[in-house]
Amino acid sequence: MKHYLMGGAALLVLSACATKPEPVPEMPAPEPVTQTPPPEIIQQTPPPVVQQLPPVVESIPDPNLPNPGSIEDFAYQSGGEPRVFFGYDQFDLSPEARDVLRRQANWMKIYNNSTAVIEGHADERGTREYNLALGARRAESVQAFLVSQGISPNRLRTISYGKERPIDGRPSETGWARNRNGYTNLRLGGTS
Amino acid sequence: MTRITRILPILAIWLFTLLLSLPAQAQLEIDITKGNLDPVQIAVPDFLATTQAERDLGAQIATVIRADLERSGLFKALDPASFLETQTNIDYKPTFADWRVVKADALVSGRIKTESASRILVEFRLWDVFAGQQLKGVRFATTPDNWRRTAHKASDAIYEALTGESGYFDSRIVFIDEKGPKTNKTKRLAIMDQDGENPVYLLGGSDLVLTPRFSPNSQTIVYLSYENDNPNVYLLDIETGRRELLGDFPGMTYAPHLSPDGKSLILTMERRGNNDIYVMDLTSRSTTRLTTDPAIDVSASYSPDGKKIVFNSDRGGTPQLYTMDANGKNVKRISFGKGRYSAPIWSPRGDKIAFARSADGKFGIGVMDVDGRNERILTESYLDESPTWSPNGRVIIFSREYRGVEGRNEVWSIDLTGQNLRRVETPGMASDPAWSPLLP
Repeated sequence: MKHYLMGGAALLVLSACATKPEPVPEMPAPEPVTQTPPPEIIQQTPPPVVQQLPPVVESIPDPNLPNPGSIEDFAYQSGGEPRVFFGYDQFDLSPEARDVLRRQANWMKIYNNSTAVIEGHADERGTREYNLALGARRAESVQAFLVSQGISPNRLRTISYGKERPIDGRPSETGWARNRNGYTNLRLGGTS
Repeated sequence: MTRITRILPILAIWLFTLLLSLPAQAQLEIDITKGNLDPVQIAVPDFLATTQAERDLGAQIATVIRADLERSGLFKALDPASFLETQTNIDYKPTFADWRVVKADALVSGRIKTESASRILVEFRLWDVFAGQQLKGVRFATTPDNWRRTAHKASDAIYEALTGESGYFDSRIVFIDEKGPKTNKTKRLAIMDQDGENPVYLLGGSDLVLTPRFSPNSQTIVYLSYENDNPNVYLLDIETGRRELLGDFPGMTYAPHLSPDGKSLILTMERRGNNDIYVMDLTSRSTTRLTTDPAIDVSASYSPDGKKIVFNSDRGGTPQLYTMDANGKNVKRISFGKGRYSAPIWSPRGDKIAFARSADGKFGIGVMDVDGRNERILTESYLDESPTWSPNGRVIIFSREYRGVEGRNEVWSIDLTGQNLRRVETPGMASDPAWSPLLP
């Protein structure tokens, strides 16, 4: 079969080039045939480990930012300090407080070796034992919200300090409002 | 009113009734249920003595008695420099005319005798100057170094003879000693005599401690400690220093008070943010829950007969005072005045409840009948709280905190009548006072 075609092609050439045959370009030499290697046995590669990236820093990365995963980072991601504030004699969470706690929960989900002691605090405008109760309620509000956001209660513990640990000594509504808070005292490395 | 002094059970002191109170009715009597009358003018010369050591003791004892009586607000202790008569023997009648001239209503003439190196006799006679009658004659036998308590016992005897009510001078106050500014305070458990003398720390001071209260026998204290970052109630023996955690519960336990018989402890236990009142049997350590409301139930205090409890709850929306039976039944709200009420304490006489109230941005101490009637606010300041009763239910001491970053804390005292507001001597800043019963 091959032979026959070759013969036909030679006839065509003879008839077309009856007067002056043009030089036939030289055929390229056939490439040397190489032996293709046998296909390798393809190992099943594990699927990539999926990890959530830490929340995006809002602006250009600042070299002064805390190390991701540090307690300072947790405070930073909570909006400066991991503390939410309450109204006078109140223990319900404001929308702002929920927002802060959502960010705390997200952080704790990424750095899932962390635990926290949630401290409930009250201002000085109440008597000592009542304020201990109020602080306990505030700490519980914070803990319950973090649990609702997916943090295991095993990673959380509460303590009430009543009015014993104010952060602001000013005897004014501004100072008292700062002292009515729930503080997420983060611990890294497991034990709370 | 004359009466024979009870023979008290004794540790270091033996108290005898001497000679005797004369027959019936004396004229000199103080009605301490009234507001500030003219104080009774009382003359307490230094106790007579033979040796210099006795004279020193005699002067110290008289000084303590004068100070005790003056602080009660019911007495004015006259200046010994004004006295005309110098008695040489207390077994003879004084020259009453000389005491009338210096305007003494009552006279205490006393004497120290040394029986041995370790035993002295402290004797005194209390005279009604106008009636010319002896109201009381008492001898205490004790050791020389126990002179201060002996003086307080003498003050109690004088107070009782002239008011008809038991005194409160031989008693102690446990309190929280404070150091540092508001934002960096250290607090330590401490105890002192009711006049601020002999202050002693009871614990090392590395853990936050709050709200100490005496047992009925004055020998043990219950308090809240943050030891190991776990706020729980502890029991401390004052003499031995032995400390004991009263039950290890999953939540915070706090606001402890012992029952009048000393056999059980009432406290608040916190579980998942809910604060309820429980009673713990101190022998079996079993606990019984008394309140089940999801609101705050805290600061429970027994009536002196142990049958009722007053406590603080915000179940009505704001903190108010409630009473209930000792088994938790029959809950009644008793505070209906303006403002927010907390820290109730049942009077040792049984007829009143003291409390802290806040209204219009101020905190004050008040009293009301046990059914809530006859409320009276006795004090008001930036922050008055933590009232506690004198053993005879006539005086209330409390914490007073000052406005400001430094936030000074002091202990103050007020009579049930609303009179005689004064600061109680403490070694430094102090809060959470609790008054012991009269010492045995």
